[in-house]
Amino acid sequence: MGKFTEDDLKKELETKEYEYGFYTDIESETFPVGLDEDIVRAISKKKNEPEWMTDWRLEAFRIWQGMEEPEWANVNYEKPNFQNISYYSAPSTKPKYNSIDEVDPELLETFNKLGISLEEQKKLAGVAVDIVMDSVSVATTFKDTLAEKGIIFCSISEAIQEHPELVKKYIGTVVPQKDNFYAALNSAVFSDGSFCYIPKGVRCPMELSTYFRINQAGTGQFERTLVIADEGSYVSYLEGCTAPSRDENQLHAAVVELIALDDAEIKYSTVQNWFPGDKNGNGGVFNFVTKRGLCEKNAKISWTQVETGSAVTWKYPSCVLKGDNSIGEFYSIAVTNNYQQADTGTKMIHLGKNTKSTIISKGISAGKSQNSYRGLVKIHSRADNARNFSQCDSLLMGNKCGAHTFPYIEASNKTAQIEHEATTSKIGEDQIFYCNQRGIDTEKAIALIVNGFSKEVLNKLPMEFAVEAQKLLEISLEGSVG
Amino acid sequence: MSLKEKLLSSYLAFEDHLDVDSPIHDLRTDAIKSFETQGFPTKKEEEWKYTSLNALLKEDYSIFPKKENSLEIKDVKKYFLHDVDTYKIVFVDGVYSSFLSETTHEGMDVCLLSSALGKDKYKPVIEAYYNKAIKESSLISLNTAFAKEGAYIYIPKHTEVEKPIEIINFATGNEAALLLQPRNLIVVEENAHVQIIERHQSLSENAVLTNSVTEIFAEKRAFVDYYKIQNDKVTASLIDHTHIKQERDSICKVHTFSFGGKLIRNNLNFYQHGEHCDSVLNGITILEGKQHVDHNTLVHHIAPNCESHQDYKGIFDDNATGVFNGKVYVEKEAQKLDAFQQNNNILISDKATINSKPQLEIFADDVKCSHGCTIGQLDEDALFYLRSRGIAKKEARALLMYAFANNVLESVKIPELKERINKLIANKIGVNIGFNL
Repeated sequence: MGKFTEDDLKKELETKEYEYGFYTDIESETFPVGLDEDIVRAISKKKNEPEWMTDWRLEAFRIWQGMEEPEWANVNYEKPNFQNISYYSAPSTKPKYNSIDEVDPELLETFNKLGISLEEQKKLAGVAVDIVMDSVSVATTFKDTLAEKGIIFCSISEAIQEHPELVKKYIGTVVPQKDNFYAALNSAVFSDGSFCYIPKGVRCPMELSTYFRINQAGTGQFERTLVIADEGSYVSYLEGCTAPSRDENQLHAAVVELIALDDAEIKYSTVQNWFPGDKNGNGGVFNFVTKRGLCEKNAKISWTQVETGSAVTWKYPSCVLKGDNSIGEFYSIAVTNNYQQADTGTKMIHLGKNTKSTIISKGISAGKSQNSYRGLVKIHSRADNARNFSQCDSLLMGNKCGAHTFPYIEASNKTAQIEHEATTSKIGEDQIFYCNQRGIDTEKAIALIVNGFSKEVLNKLPMEFAVEAQKLLEISLEGSVG
Repeated sequence: MSLKEKLLSSYLAFEDHLDVDSPIHDLRTDAIKSFETQGFPTKKEEEWKYTSLNALLKEDYSIFPKKENSLEIKDVKKYFLHDVDTYKIVFVDGVYSSFLSETTHEGMDVCLLSSALGKDKYKPVIEAYYNKAIKESSLISLNTAFAKEGAYIYIPKHTEVEKPIEIINFATGNEAALLLQPRNLIVVEENAHVQIIERHQSLSENAVLTNSVTEIFAEKRAFVDYYKIQNDKVTASLIDHTHIKQERDSICKVHTFSFGGKLIRNNLNFYQHGEHCDSVLNGITILEGKQHVDHNTLVHHIAPNCESHQDYKGIFDDNATGVFNGKVYVEKEAQKLDAFQQNNNILISDKATINSKPQLEIFADDVKCSHGCTIGQLDEDALFYLRSRGIAKKEARALLMYAFANNVLESVKIPELKERINKLIANKIGVNIGFNL
């Protein structure tokens, strides 16, 4: 093999297409485009929801109508026309399955293509998966095993039917309907999502996982996830997503609410790989997500995210550290290439005493992309002895991309200890030279260095995800040394 | 009548006294229009997120003081750097005081903007530089519309100014509330060297709002050392805009010492247009009471091989609030850059607040950019160490605070000024530790 030059690398990167960009021909039922109160009612009716839920949605819809789309983020995009989106699309074959065998073979094929063979995972990985295709949850595995422990893991529509008291008590408590434009929209039209409840003192024996996929054209995906960890419990939750390649932009506006009661711990990991658009910046998913967790006394919430997809990402997984001694963590890798734009980060709101938070954010930008970190650390005046450590590192590849850091640090307590550090650099030629010298070609060297750069975050991911994430990083960045 | 309306109607009256044919007048017309559309900034604007002007804008400021005021030297001597010889440009209630000033035209111009704007001799300089370094904002426009007086400093090529230049603005308090809008223009030609000290001082308890604009041009290999002393009365507020345009190989340092005032907002912008520029932004902020200081800095790196260093230290007591909003903007041409930004803060009381927003916006890949921000307390171990050696708690704390601020203080190159600031700090911390650092 001849010498693999940087130009070769560049070419390879440019031609690298999104490998999950297929479309599965599954018969599905899609609502007409547009949004008004009738559509909201129709969604609610379709899902056979109780009246309080319908009212809650309508309330959110009315709030949404009075809101304006936020513009402060450091991203540029053509605003979606909210009347041009279908707010409900579901595979029309039998909506519920008791076992994998009943699932539409076409659908199973889809998941095989995605590399998540349900059966295999069932046997080997011991991961319980809830799969949301377009807007409806199509399969939840391992339900029985979990039920033995008293763990509820199902789609949120099912939870509204079967555990209305839990949903009613907690939905909207962390992310209220009026929180922001997209959260309000989601509250009005969310079609499905996952629900998880871990009872007191139970340690969930396996990783719980949700897989999201947008399949139909012209649809938006609005899922809602609610995870409740009761006192002293523990759960690790994974989330992954893909979409077919399309020229148009698709909208994904999800809301995730985590509630960690006293002494509970929630670990929430995301590998986000929505279609990022082609190399000219056409198409791709708009990913406008609101994620927030509430920590009661001694509780801990840990967010880990690997963001490699989406044309535009707008996402700030946050922790409200309400209880004393609670801990919030945020580990993130955001990779942008071509014309992708990411404005992501976290908010750590310290309200309780002795609360601690850690933020590790790694941004890697290549091509013509823009990658921003935006984070808030707020120490309330009653939050004595609060501690925060933030580190934001950016890696730039080429001089057509941008890396930005916008940290907001607000302290009103004298015992607060806050450290924030940020650096921006590129992959050093000496580092690559060192690897070359030892017989590692340039491409491998970059993968190695990027992996090292991201190690602190990758280490936080559960095993299976870490492998996938590492692979994703390599794919997203092949050949982008500047 | 709101302050905005008052300003707009006073402008009409002010315009009657102006030469409407001069190019400056066109600037004024555009500026007042721009102010009219934008109005005063509000907290809704990202740049003003942590600083509200509402309380200040309620005062009924007089815009043009009715009579000329004079001051006795003995009353104001302490505000000057009196133990060394300096050039002085002194304004009393916005009006030039020739009695207190010491200007020159020998080999350089250290004089007044009003004469520079009026005389043909200065026309080429005014045309080339006036209003050319600023980035428009509503408050700068307001200043441009009303600007008629301030310091004019022109240092020709290869000139080293042998003594520091002091620019001092006094407010006598003869008006119940006074709005001052000084406008300074400083041009430092190739290879010239200058040290400047700027101070705003109110002499009474009456309200003063100063909306000051300073433009500095540092040409090739020029060296500018600029000190801002902000130790005003708690009734005096200052909104300062200092915009600096640097050419290649120039070095420009701005040191801001904020020890007092009701509200201080420092907008300090550096634009590096040539290669190998060095920009230094240093600051010490020590506040108490209900004072509020907002440092808003921008270093815009346009050319390659440049450097910038920011170091801001803050100590906040009582209900004081501090804001640091620093931005480093790196254009994609500005390769091989070394930019560093640091903001360290100590909160002394439970009610003090600090909001810090150090930002980086980077479009070039071969750069070394970093920023750090800390908020914390005095190190208990260090305090214990000092106390175990017989140093009283108060002194030990003072010593640690000195040490905290010291590397910024070290950068002061005028010994007399350093001594002065040292005393101010000791005064602020409330002890005399009996030696100079």
